[in-house]
Amino acid sequence: MRSPGSGTGNGWAVGILGGLALLAPLPLLVPRDDVLNFVLLVLLSITLAQSWNIIAGYAGQVNLGHAAFFGLGALTARTLWIGGTPVLIAMAAGSLVATAFALLIGAAAFRLRGAYFAIGTLALGEILRATVGNVLPEISTLPATSIGAYRLAPRYYLALGLAALSVLAVAGLQRSRLGLGMQAVREDEDAAEATGVSARGLKLRALALSTALAGAAGGVFAYYHISYYPAHPFGPAWTFDALLMTFIGGVGTLQGPVLGAVLYVFLKEYLTVRWVDFHLLIFGALFVAIVLLFPGGLVQALSRVGSGRRRPARRGGAAS
Amino acid sequence: MTPELTVLAQQVVLGLLLGGLYGLAAAGLSLVFGVLKVLNVAHGELIMLGGYGAYWLFARLGVDPFASLLLVIPGALLAGAVLYLGLFGFVVRAHEHTRVKNSLLVGFGLALSLHALAVRLWTADDRSITTTYGGAVLSVGPIAIPLIRLASLAVALALIGALHLLLARWRWGKAIRATAEDWQAALLTGIDVRRAYLLAFALGTALAGAAGTLVSVGYSISPSIGLEWTLKALIVVVLAGLGSMLGTFAAGLFVGVAEALSAAAFGGPYREVVGLVIFLVVLVLRPQGLFGRGQ
Repeated sequence: MRSPGSGTGNGWAVGILGGLALLAPLPLLVPRDDVLNFVLLVLLSITLAQSWNIIAGYAGQVNLGHAAFFGLGALTARTLWIGGTPVLIAMAAGSLVATAFALLIGAAAFRLRGAYFAIGTLALGEILRATVGNVLPEISTLPATSIGAYRLAPRYYLALGLAALSVLAVAGLQRSRLGLGMQAVREDEDAAEATGVSARGLKLRALALSTALAGAAGGVFAYYHISYYPAHPFGPAWTFDALLMTFIGGVGTLQGPVLGAVLYVFLKEYLTVRWVDFHLLIFGALFVAIVLLFPGGLVQALSRVGSGRRRPARRGGAAS
Repeated sequence: MTPELTVLAQQVVLGLLLGGLYGLAAAGLSLVFGVLKVLNVAHGELIMLGGYGAYWLFARLGVDPFASLLLVIPGALLAGAVLYLGLFGFVVRAHEHTRVKNSLLVGFGLALSLHALAVRLWTADDRSITTTYGGAVLSVGPIAIPLIRLASLAVALALIGALHLLLARWRWGKAIRATAEDWQAALLTGIDVRRAYLLAFALGTALAGAAGTLVSVGYSISPSIGLEWTLKALIVVVLAGLGSMLGTFAAGLFVGVAEALSAAAFGGPYREVVGLVIFLVVLVLRPQGLFGRGQ
């Protein structure tokens, strides 16, 4: 799926990065924790959605266990950071561990086409969630000294920097040979191979980039939360969040996951307050409807409105 | 037998009994994937709903769980038909490559929705059906076999056998197999492919309902078991390949025993890891494609 707005991809990149830059002085201008927490959540969501978008939207490989990489990043970073490692190094280590696990699954699953990658990632996510829950059932809480020294601003800037990095990564991908190769593989593997690119190599590189970002996002999560159950970031809800945000906005585009993340976090806050457990039912139905009826998400809808005519329906529709 | 060996044998027996349910769970998934080329990752949620169906019949009306199969299976058939007509019927319209992807996404969304719905309807607590004969045990030497799980294994085997016969003998069973083999050729011979899809999906859902009933009586159900069961079923299908229901059942038994052995060897907390190992080993050893037909 070529993004409808890909001709203006540069404009979007500049616009989004400019928007993120405007958020930089926020902790000084609005020193309110609730506002900062909310924006931090949006920023973390942008990274999570954008990282899923790289493997699924650009390389066309449906990852149903994205939470595994987010969780691995969180677990590694948290363990190292509480053990005394500087947070940036701990985050980088978490990112590396997530990528290592991803390449293990990917190297096996990408030998074959079809649903193996989706099954493998789903298995990895669920098995890690169960195993981490079994092995580390206790809640992870920061030591009292760290709680005393806890400041929101560094967490906020880390999330902001990572969100900007994820946007830069995708913007760079759109224009590079690497990104074009991934999109060729997504559209038609045989044709891509015929032009001399290695489909498997491209998929693995997309996976590495995607999971490195997801793992780093997990690191921010681990650094941000005072206490959480270690199995929590491995939960399938994180994967679902990434899928839904990307699809709301527009899969395989630069701006889609950003728009989707902003909209989704607002909607979720609103719906969670109104219908505590019910919001997932609504989001599940919404997601199914988008996949089947509006596979291009908001970006596609906006471009239809913008161009004033219907684009010809894509063959078969959806998430390729 | 030494005490260690007795414990191990006991674990293997329990693994075998659970493995029968893995086989039943996988059979439905395998049928749907083989025929429709749709990978329904909400299959475990259908199992979960089947379990709650039996639980409701037992708690509200006092229906014996094994007798409730006679109600749950037709109910699940109907629910499967509705789900196909309302949702998966749209997914199969897409080209095969897109179809698998879309089915994964739709199934994932459906799984989350059904999970939320179940939490809403029945709360997140564990439930199980406790019958008067629930504690009965068959002793074979030092090994205790819970009768209710043994009966579940027998029922699972009987259902797989029935499905096997249905696919082998029934007119529409043959149509389903022909569609799985090559839907275009099936279409050319005059088979109503869409109806074969509908029947296969309904049968797959019925198998999920039956599996859920057996889970609710021998084990326990909660809204969150869906993903676990989907995963077990997927691992079994990856191991067994497509095409043979009896082979799928055997692979289910294998996974059950493998889990039991790994729990004995590495400790209970790591028992889930065996599924991932099986997945990776199968991919490395059989790279010609497991979703190819069984030889």
